[in-house]
Amino acid sequence: MSARRHLGILRPLPENAAFPVLLPAAERLQAKALRERGMGLPAFDLKPRDAMLLGLFLVLLMAGIAEAANGPVREGIVPTLIKWTPLLATGFVFNIAISFLAMATGTVAGAFLGLGQISIFGPVRKVAWLVTHFFRNAPWLVLLFFCMFLLPFQIQIFGVIIPLPDWLKATFGLALPVMANVSEIVRGAIETIPTGQWESAQALAFTRQQTIWKIILPQCIKRMLPPWMNLYAILAMDTVLASIVGVNEVMTLAGDVLGAEGGRTDLLLPIYSYILLWFFLYCYPIARWTVRLERRFAVK
Amino acid sequence: MQAFWNWFAWLHTATGINLTIFYDPFDRHRFAEGFLTTIELSVACIVLSVIIGVIGAWAQGSKNRILRSSIYWYIQLFRNTPPLVQLYFFYFGLGAVIESGGHPLVSNVAWAILSLSFYAGAFNVEIFRSGIEAVPRATVEATEALGFTRLGAYIHVILPLAFRISLPGLNNNLINLVKATTLAYAISVPELLWVSSQIWSDDINVPEMMTVLLICYVGLVGVLVVFMHRWEHAMRVPGFGRAAGARK
Repeated sequence: MSARRHLGILRPLPENAAFPVLLPAAERLQAKALRERGMGLPAFDLKPRDAMLLGLFLVLLMAGIAEAANGPVREGIVPTLIKWTPLLATGFVFNIAISFLAMATGTVAGAFLGLGQISIFGPVRKVAWLVTHFFRNAPWLVLLFFCMFLLPFQIQIFGVIIPLPDWLKATFGLALPVMANVSEIVRGAIETIPTGQWESAQALAFTRQQTIWKIILPQCIKRMLPPWMNLYAILAMDTVLASIVGVNEVMTLAGDVLGAEGGRTDLLLPIYSYILLWFFLYCYPIARWTVRLERRFAVK
Repeated sequence: MQAFWNWFAWLHTATGINLTIFYDPFDRHRFAEGFLTTIELSVACIVLSVIIGVIGAWAQGSKNRILRSSIYWYIQLFRNTPPLVQLYFFYFGLGAVIESGGHPLVSNVAWAILSLSFYAGAFNVEIFRSGIEAVPRATVEATEALGFTRLGAYIHVILPLAFRISLPGLNNNLINLVKATTLAYAISVPELLWVSSQIWSDDINVPEMMTVLLICYVGLVGVLVVFMHRWEHAMRVPGFGRAAGARK
């Protein structure tokens, strides 16, 4: 109690106090305080996490209302969704697995393709440019069809027969556009490195290979991370395309669930909302994180 | 012309490369129809999504918190969920609700246009908003000094400048949108991919049709890229924006 008397800051603020010390926030805080005083109650301030919970709650509530309007004969919508959740979850995990595998393959291939684009050997540069732009301009779905239909169902290497299941072909089909996009990300990042870095490396007698691997690429990682994560989010969402070509992922399973429930039309809206919600809960945090990294790494 | 078509029939007998879309009038006709549908779909989606973008960006600058936060959640929801599931949600989900006597009121083409436009529109709002934010503060203050209303300033001064700043971002998004029209295949809109799948299941010429498809899409996107770059160049205001300052 006695300590508080000595600290002027801790004294309650007068009715219309300005906050000169908190300059960047002062204007906003004062505006908020004025508004709250006007209303006589604290302002409604929704944080993203709370909003997500609220969204989830609303979906459940809507499903509940739909269920109540549904009549007593058929099983309710919420119990139906809960009943099929484990099945849909295995499908979703499969989507995520496909996205990880395609991202890993595409990133490795794309990194080399991107380095090809800055090669000092003309033909390599031209071919890398052509491959990159071809796969970037082709629609993902067409590339997926391309791989599904034109890759054999098994390949034979040295007498060993390796089967190529559908999901592996789909993964390959998704990895192609990822590769092209990573290639552009790598090229773009390398171009933002000041030429002074290249020149000083040369002055220190680094070979070109050493310069790229030990000096240029490590500096690029920071710049490549936000667009790379953005690409991952796009890929994760595009894994549902595999359902069109018949891979057993979450959308295919959702179709199966609808079939198993005997084509109930009242189930259509909830089940698609449910899957949208899952993807949103997976991709939204990635997007927020990307924005934060972008801000932190922004070149001033 | 007939000799040109016949050459492909000869190519089929001589090499086995079966390009039915050239020598078979029926396939030629439906392929052309599919190509046109893809172009119509793309143009309709581009126009509608740009309109959504402009209105959304304007609403995001409004003083109304509820309007702003609902635009924010519209953007986040459409950007962070798969466009294919959105399409299914609209066509199968909402389509089943909006019907009269068992007949859907909105056709699959209309749902595809709506769904894809809302998807691309969410990106356009962000693109236009960052363009508007890049318009110099002094310019906005000048409009206030000249007595423009907020809407008037937006239409006559801010938007024309912001549009030029956001063109490169818009380019990328519109290219993605043209590629995303292939999703309409899933709800059997007779566009290029769907028509091609019909042709290759009738004639068993998957490799040929795949190659034709890829060439068509890369060509379409290529034309759009060239057109947009020309436009970007023609719209440039000398002395305004980074592009004018940094280069030349």
